Amino acid sequence: MTILEQFRLWLGGIWPDWAAYLVPGIVGIVLVLAFVVVSVIVFIWFERRLLGRFQIRLGPNRLGPEGIFQPIATALKILLKEDIVPAKADKVIHWLAPVIVFVPVLMIFAVVPLGQRAILTDLNVGIVYVVAVSSISAVGIYMAGWASNNKYALIAAFRTVAQMVSYELPVVLAILGVVLMAGSLSMTQIVESQSIPFLVLQPLGFVIFFLGTVAEMNRSPFDLLEADSEIVAGYHIEYSGMKFAMFYLGEYGHALAYSCIITTLFLAGWQGPFLPPIIWFLIKVFAVFSVIVWMRATLPRLRVDQLMSFAWKGLLPMAIINLFIIAAEMLWLPEISLWILVVINIVSAGVLVLLWSRLFSLGGGRVEV
Amino acid sequence: MTTALNGEQIARKINKASPGAVVAADKAAVVVTGESLFKVAKFLKNTPALDFNYLADLAAVDYTDYFEVVYHLVSLAHNHSLVLKTRCYDHDKPVVPSLTTLWRSADFMEREAYDLMGIVFDGHPNLKRLLLWEGFVGHPLRRDYL
Amino acid sequence: MVIKTEPFILNIGPQHPSTHGVFRMRVTLDGEVVVDIEPVIGYLHRGIEKMGENRTYTQIIPLTDRLDYLASLTNNLAYVLAVEKLAGITIPERAEYLRIIMAEAMRISSHLMAVGFFLNDLGAMMTPVLYMWREREKLLDLFEMVCGQRLTYNYMRIGGVSHDIPEEFLPALKKFVAEMPGFIDEYDQLLSQNEIVLARTKGVSILPRDTAINTAASGPVLRASGVKWDLRKADPYSIYDRFDFEVPVGKVGDNYDRYWVRMQEMRQSVRILEQAIAQLPSGVVWADVPQLLHPPVGEVYGHIESPRGELGFFLISDNSIAPYRFHIRPPTLINLTALKDMVVGWKVADLIITFGSIDVVLGEIDR
Repeated sequence: MTILEQFRLWLGGIWPDWAAYLVPGIVGIVLVLAFVVVSVIVFIWFERRLLGRFQIRLGPNRLGPEGIFQPIATALKILLKEDIVPAKADKVIHWLAPVIVFVPVLMIFAVVPLGQRAILTDLNVGIVYVVAVSSISAVGIYMAGWASNNKYALIAAFRTVAQMVSYELPVVLAILGVVLMAGSLSMTQIVESQSIPFLVLQPLGFVIFFLGTVAEMNRSPFDLLEADSEIVAGYHIEYSGMKFAMFYLGEYGHALAYSCIITTLFLAGWQGPFLPPIIWFLIKVFAVFSVIVWMRATLPRLRVDQLMSFAWKGLLPMAIINLFIIAAEMLWLPEISLWILVVINIVSAGVLVLLWSRLFSLGGGRVEV
Repeated sequence: MTTALNGEQIARKINKASPGAVVAADKAAVVVTGESLFKVAKFLKNTPALDFNYLADLAAVDYTDYFEVVYHLVSLAHNHSLVLKTRCYDHDKPVVPSLTTLWRSADFMEREAYDLMGIVFDGHPNLKRLLLWEGFVGHPLRRDYL
Repeated sequence: MVIKTEPFILNIGPQHPSTHGVFRMRVTLDGEVVVDIEPVIGYLHRGIEKMGENRTYTQIIPLTDRLDYLASLTNNLAYVLAVEKLAGITIPERAEYLRIIMAEAMRISSHLMAVGFFLNDLGAMMTPVLYMWREREKLLDLFEMVCGQRLTYNYMRIGGVSHDIPEEFLPALKKFVAEMPGFIDEYDQLLSQNEIVLARTKGVSILPRDTAINTAASGPVLRASGVKWDLRKADPYSIYDRFDFEVPVGKVGDNYDRYWVRMQEMRQSVRILEQAIAQLPSGVVWADVPQLLHPPVGEVYGHIESPRGELGFFLISDNSIAPYRFHIRPPTLINLTALKDMVVGWKVADLIITFGSIDVVLGEIDR
């Protein structure tokens, strides 16, 4: 029984049915959108400052105390820019692409549990909904690349298709491991079933899911879709003004969404002592995001064929083996103490990672022309 | 220390291999004719005692009566160097054989000499202008340009 | 049914974040694989060779600054050495040592920039650049102390250097030389064994030894391919024969070797700096050379080992105040002759990195 459902029941007593149906919905949507927009702005500021600290410099610190008005200035600047559409671009697809990239990101937040009963809708297939909706953005990126009538964007577009499609599989298999242990697809159930966070119980699943989602977000080291030094901003090379703002917000929205999903699935969501649940949730989301920024600041970029071989030859077999191990544990050792499972899983994760790092190397790749 | 080989001694060796090639020789450089340039260069590259496998520099000079192309050859193994020159007296259409098949480093340097000085290198795989744009008229480094 | 594919031509144009200047490449791609490449240059051509014919020998020195603007002092040095060889001038001892100190500090600064931007092309988001520029800023402060400039120094003169060093220079330089090996170790630790750097640069774009010699590659590009040829040892100029240093040579000639050779050369430059500071004599810094120099009739090819390769100046003098012919042998243009060999068969991403590892400066290519 989420807070919004309770609100609706109470309203049903005073107002007609259709009002009692609409008003909580609209209130909920407004609250979630407010959360998303404010968090994205805070994330932009946080990333730029943190990136600056990694690079032994300060980061933006002119606008407002410690630069907190910098993202607002950035947003204003982007919105005030002229909206240029290339002459030979496919106009409809060019206009539609940012929408298709940005809207699924917002839709993911419908099932993110921000607190004990604070979730917009408690779908009982929550996690499947998330996976389904998030893969629509890939189509949007491909549309952006194709419709720009620009060879750099086209290169980005066909890299996108390859990358997004190949990283979906390990991500879904890692999710399946979590679902098996939680026993349900609903997001609130997954959070509530974590007496020990799944980070400790399924370390291999966590690593696979984390790397897979970093690849899905197009963040370094998998950011060859917008590789600044090769294809000069990739798929959004011909976008300016509000459409570019949607891509930009979409990128940070993705980061926020996937950080929330990782927190929900692996870090026990809003659970924690003393502080209110929403604060714990935000702390964990920020921690995950910090690790993602850390990876961006320190690691160089992978090449596209290395990326693909990492997904298919590295992550996918490990994800399948991880799924088998979890399934075996759930089937034959259902009543055993969880801490023994922790030990078994950590040991098997270590063994698998060591084995793969010996057997599997990333280099090479000359093609006979 | 890279020893700069004595031009007169090398001129004697070249004359033994291809007689009549050397036009003039002094301590610093050897001047050969345009027709024999390729043969002499091949001889200098392939003789084991000389073994000039590194073409360090190619410069074109406009003395108003003639054009001169100066090659600086170096042997990495023996650590000695030689200056080879050739002249061509035709002012309107100077032609010099290209040495790109012997030393690929001549590729860009000959294109630049063609671009700025107007010397046509016969046998160059891709003799286009290098530094100036394709429709440019004239050869700026000549003494009579501007 | 066979799907029809066709290669497409991508123009990595003069304006691009990674072409290190205005360099254009017309690349024919088959999917992601490079099939053919044609470099197009000349966007920065200023006619320096023609300008040199109308200026006195001393007036050409600021022109040479603008050739390889990231290593200006070595350009100056090559030119004044050529003129001094032509005119038979000997210069005072203190000037020789000051020239060596400046040239080696310049080499460190240039390699820091080259390695930093090589890693930036790899995708490491400016972090290595900013770490290396922390040291480069110290070097630029040192240069500003002496020459008053941070980029185009115009410090060498025919007959010595332009003026003596101020008092605060030597202590600052000693401090820098003492801390630099620690910083190079820090970069090594962060970068040389990084899995992704190794995966992307080891074995990629190999330049075989014979091709390197045939295309007259020079500098780190040649040494990475296994040829031990460094003009400071093979044909010592100035007083390099008094210093004890090694020449790092790579094994394979891939991108990693070119990066590794530059890191090792920085260490060797620090060694030379330590020895030069210790041996620095006192005295005048400029031999009295007339303002309008009339060198005897003749020609000279003076070459040095600049951070990018063999930089040569070919001067012909006809006993007047300006040279008859002023020709520059640009190391980076000749190094680019082998670009097609190195890049064909690899992918677009590798093309950018290979180009970064050759370390071009457009001022030198286009003159």
